[in-house]
Amino acid sequence: MGQAGSTVARPELAALGAWIDETPDAELRRRQQSAEATFRQLGITFAVYGDSDASERIIPFDIVPRVFLADEWARLSAGLVQRVEAINAFLVDIYGERKILDAGVLPPDLIFGNAQFRPEIAGIRPPHDIWAHICGIDLVRTGPDDFFVLEDNARTPSGVSYMLENREAMLRLCPELFRDFRVAAVDSYPDRLLETMKSVAPEGVAAPVCVVLTPGHYNSAYYEHSFLADSMGVELVEAADLVVDDDVVWMRTIAGRVKVDVIYRRIDDDYLDPLVFRPDSMLGVPGLIAAYAAGNVALINAPGNGIADDKAIYSYMPEIVRFYSGGEAKLPNVETWRCREPQALKYVLDNLKDVVVKLVDGSGGYGMLVGPTATKAEIETFRAALIAKPHRYIAQPTLALSTVPTLADAGLAPRHVDFRPFVLTGSKGVQVVPGGLTRVALKEGSLVVNSSQGGGTKDSFVLMDNGAARGQRQSQGQSQALRPELPLHHLPEEANGRPPPAGAE
Amino acid sequence: MLSRTASSLYWLGRYVERTDFIARLVEATVRLDVLSPRPAGEAAWASALAVSETDSAFAKTGQSVTQNNVARFLTVDSSHSGSIVRSLDMARNNARAVRTALTKEAWTGINRAWLLFDNRSSPGGAMATLNLVEAVKAETRGFEGAVHRMLRNQATWFIRLGQAIERADNTARLLDVKYHILLPEGERVGGVVDRDQWTTILQTVSAVTAYRWLYSEGLKPANVIDLLIARPELPRSLAASVEEAVDILNLLAKRTGLHGEADRMARNRHMRLAKMASGAVISRGLHQYLQGFIAENDELHRAVGRQFKFT
Repeated sequence: MGQAGSTVARPELAALGAWIDETPDAELRRRQQSAEATFRQLGITFAVYGDSDASERIIPFDIVPRVFLADEWARLSAGLVQRVEAINAFLVDIYGERKILDAGVLPPDLIFGNAQFRPEIAGIRPPHDIWAHICGIDLVRTGPDDFFVLEDNARTPSGVSYMLENREAMLRLCPELFRDFRVAAVDSYPDRLLETMKSVAPEGVAAPVCVVLTPGHYNSAYYEHSFLADSMGVELVEAADLVVDDDVVWMRTIAGRVKVDVIYRRIDDDYLDPLVFRPDSMLGVPGLIAAYAAGNVALINAPGNGIADDKAIYSYMPEIVRFYSGGEAKLPNVETWRCREPQALKYVLDNLKDVVVKLVDGSGGYGMLVGPTATKAEIETFRAALIAKPHRYIAQPTLALSTVPTLADAGLAPRHVDFRPFVLTGSKGVQVVPGGLTRVALKEGSLVVNSSQGGGTKDSFVLMDNGAARGQRQSQGQSQALRPELPLHHLPEEANGRPPPAGAE
Repeated sequence: MLSRTASSLYWLGRYVERTDFIARLVEATVRLDVLSPRPAGEAAWASALAVSETDSAFAKTGQSVTQNNVARFLTVDSSHSGSIVRSLDMARNNARAVRTALTKEAWTGINRAWLLFDNRSSPGGAMATLNLVEAVKAETRGFEGAVHRMLRNQATWFIRLGQAIERADNTARLLDVKYHILLPEGERVGGVVDRDQWTTILQTVSAVTAYRWLYSEGLKPANVIDLLIARPELPRSLAASVEEAVDILNLLAKRTGLHGEADRMARNRHMRLAKMASGAVISRGLHQYLQGFIAENDELHRAVGRQFKFT
């Protein structure tokens, strides 16, 4: 019960502390279980590869929201917009003129020797020169004003369905929080996504047909694929539903073929088109890249984006941002040692027990060494691997990640979190959705937030003003990067906390 | 609508209907076996296996035909395709593949039914089994209700078409098998066992009360056959199922402009059933009639697949 109030270290959030203090742990736990029961019934599950016992799991949900103040958010948004614009400019350049290489900002072998670079698509220009339509930028925080980018995700970032479903659950289970806080709404995300998709349709298509392409219902993120297709009101297609004929993409319907103009594909590049990438792919659509190159279909995100969010490129992001924006990166990187550089490698080898080592092409928290919590044997394994293939690794200091109150077995306790906001880029510009996915390491002291390794999620409140509680707020002040179209306070009083449903159901 | 979506919806309808049917069959058999004053024993369970066409699969397990074994086999055993759990698996797989065509309510109905079997290795004793199948029926009813509240478009109709075609098949099989074992040797027509078996049939299709309303005389085999074959008022009768298939195909044709051999075939069947007298069916041979009906039903099923380009 009360003891947890002390874990709220930010005076602006006194109202959240009061809410935590007033609500008994047992009640919080009951609500949390109710949310998880709903997630299970809805089938919001993910599959853990290689774990046959638990082929379908829900990601644990934590009932205590994480809160961003309006001015924090305004700063974050500005940094995110700058970063995503740079990512797009980089992709246009690297698959086009390659000015950045001419300028000597990056070593060329980092690009041409990188498996994420796709020579097959160099020279193709996607509509409006937009490559990274949907980005998820992973952020960590180490102090009041210290946000760092941990990772860029410019391929097919997932997790947005959790942002939306977690909010639904919070609105249902903790309506009083939305009375106390003015929280920016996130439920317009599907509309914004559809707008973004339509805005990048091939030229001359009046009413573009948009679809979501999924690998199928055994994929770990299938729920999200179906959720997004459903809430946008577009078809969810599998590769077998599509056929390419004379460089035009069609879907097979009961009434015959229908032309497809924009594909939000949730299939990795490797599997997208067996004629261009992996020939053994059963998930792909033969001829899709040819149709894309002919300008007859837009692919979201563009193939080849891996070169922008690769961990080896990541360490150059401050330089990349400077090169394209002309200014310093508003969101700094986490300090990173490139083990390909001898001096950096030496430092990392000397300090293995203090650093985090990552495979440049690893993901999901696999292929990673967390020095401070690793065993001697694990450290020695990585030492050998680093010496053998240094170019495959980067290392970063172990960060004093921020913690937020979280409902643990013994009551509320601080747990480490990271944060993935979602950034959309269409022909009309870049927008940051006021919210995102907060991932929380549920194990005490753990820094690994990946759902495949015992992480959970929380709702992320972006406050529309800095005054925590209602009634104390000041005037609207500076407008944020994005104003929600239907703020909660415009709803009639009795409907507070119940924004209109996102889908058609 | 994607052809794959249409096909999955249709199969979803078939598997939900099949789930419901097996649940009813188990329920009626438990009642007959345990709750009637004179337990029916092995014969009742053997006939349940025959109706669900799982007798040979069951024989392979080497188990004896007892209530425990067969009830477990028909509910939680995922090693063969005739159990509730496998039927629900298939329903859920199809539902997952077309999540976007279903409402949240329709999906959660299926998913909740499926979750009933999560980690379950036995249906329990007679009471627990009845509770389990009752819970399954409640979820399939919920699904059906949700389907009727979905947008009145192709998605709903493909599900209902699958249900109607599956229902016709189930009722025909139920009648066919039960008719064979109705009169064990030495048993008097209208005797206790006979009566119990007919009651089981009616219970399986939820028609005990309907029978009383429609026939103002005691339980007579000829009436039960008439009810299940020819009475359009009974939703699970052959006549009603065939009529529903015709209606749904009409709706689909109007909305999509797609019509063809499936419509003609369904209309033909409907007309023949409407003209037919059930007494004549019995005198000419019920078994032959039902076998013919089942084969024809399968023909219609194939025609639907061709007409809507299922692949």
